[in-house]
Amino acid sequence: MTAALLTLADSRLPAGGHTHSGGVEQAIAAGIVHDPRSLEVFLRRRLTTAGSTAAGLAAAACRAAGRDEPRRASLARLDAEADARTPSPALRQASRQQGRGLVRVGRRAWPTAAWDDLPPHPHHPLALGVAAAAAGLGPADAAQAAAYLSITGSATAAQRLLAMDPITVATVTARLAAEVDAVGAGADQAAAGGPAPTDGEPGPAWLPAGTDPLLDLLAEVHADRDDRYFAS
Amino acid sequence: MPPDHLLDDYVDPYDDPAARGHRHGPLRVGLGGPVGSGKTALAAALCRTLGAELDLAVVTNDIYTTEDADFLRRNAVLPDDRIEAVQTGCCPHTAIRDDITANLDAVELLESRHPGLELVLVESGGDNLTASFSYGLVDVQIFVVDVAGGDKVPRKGGPGVTASDLLVVNKTDLAPLVGADLDVMRRDAGAVRAGKPTLLISLREDPAATEVAGWVRQQLRSRAAQHA
Ligand SMILES: Nc1nc2c(ncn2[C@@H]2O[C@H](COP(=O)(O)OP(=O)(O)OP(=O)(O)O)[C@@H](O)[C@H]2O)c(=O)[nH]1
Ligand SMILES: [Mg+2]
Repeated sequence: MTAALLTLADSRLPAGGHTHSGGVEQAIAAGIVHDPRSLEVFLRRRLTTAGSTAAGLAAAACRAAGRDEPRRASLARLDAEADARTPSPALRQASRQQGRGLVRVGRRAWPTAAWDDLPPHPHHPLALGVAAAAAGLGPADAAQAAAYLSITGSATAAQRLLAMDPITVATVTARLAAEVDAVGAGADQAAAGGPAPTDGEPGPAWLPAGTDPLLDLLAEVHADRDDRYFAS
Repeated sequence: MPPDHLLDDYVDPYDDPAARGHRHGPLRVGLGGPVGSGKTALAAALCRTLGAELDLAVVTNDIYTTEDADFLRRNAVLPDDRIEAVQTGCCPHTAIRDDITANLDAVELLESRHPGLELVLVESGGDNLTASFSYGLVDVQIFVVDVAGGDKVPRKGGPGVTASDLLVVNKTDLAPLVGADLDVMRRDAGAVRAGKPTLLISLREDPAATEVAGWVRQQLRSRAAQHA
């Protein structure tokens, strides 16, 4: 089980993540991120907003993928919930692009019928939830992976863009470990909770819905640039 | 045999219909090589020469968004909707070798937009002599080096020089100017390439890239024969 979780959270999993900076490229351009401390602040912001939201969706998608019926409808509903929680069109596109990448590798690494019930370009947390279920993991693991992935891509991108000491960047992410765990666990609990559901499923209203207007704004400005290294 | 050795209902997890050799759809040709060696010039030449006879498209990988794609558009070698630019996130060789997702997305987009596509050229971002394409992304790869880089380059080897399906030594017109010995380059390339072909060309003198286009046609023919 642990090996499957580590595989899902491994940046070497070829799902296209390395072409996205999770907003850090524009944060650097705007002068918001420029050193290890400002990177840590940025990553914490991301973790507790977009990261928490992704973790809740991943946990819910994992639970939905584990059931046979009404899997397709549940996943479609969660995909709409992800849209609703992602106001920036650029971030929606980035999420769907990465979702598709994960489906491509996940389908072959962990074959299961649930892949066919995802929309063609699912939001990334949904693909992550299905991958977790297919790999034999549970909703809590899916949430943990989503929370962790919400900071690692940005950290690596910042390291490349600012030519930072990789050991410093590793230290920044290591120091956030307890917070990553807490965000994952909190999102999983929220996704499992909610009032007695009518259709056997916790209401999406209970999923975390944290967003960060700064990240949304940075993403939109970034999308209009023609001199960017990263796709988002 | 013990039950776990019975292969009757065995599904080979590595049998990937999308992989080299048994993939259907257009032939995908990778164009790799160091910065400035002439990859885009070669892509443009191939588009000009093969564009009339083949349904083709190009994927470019730039550090920034669209430099090479813009060059191809400006020179009008292909309609806009047949050129896709990929962003590589500071790491050109990752995008063609270790995690090819962004490039697969671009190729698949072109394939869905042009169902009759026969040839897709994938130009990598300029990189070093170790950069090579994953065969999950391309069917064959051309590595382009440059005479002006010095006649030592083929001798230095690296996967691009030794393992590419075709090595192109471009800019032979510059040999006298930089004091490069083309015979040395030809001989050294032959020594490290185990019989795989090498072409010495000048896109300045032959903007049609006649010999390289001939090689690409040959690849298309042998692939068609394979699938027949
Ligand atoms: N003299 C000479 N110049 C050439 C030849 N082929 C290309 N060039 C020039 O070399 C320069 C670089 O060519 P490109 O085609 O942009 O090279 P590239 O490999 O695509 O470069 P990157 O994508 O930036 O790595 C351009 O100015 C070309 O005009 C040639 O055969 N002879
Ligand atoms: Mg080029």
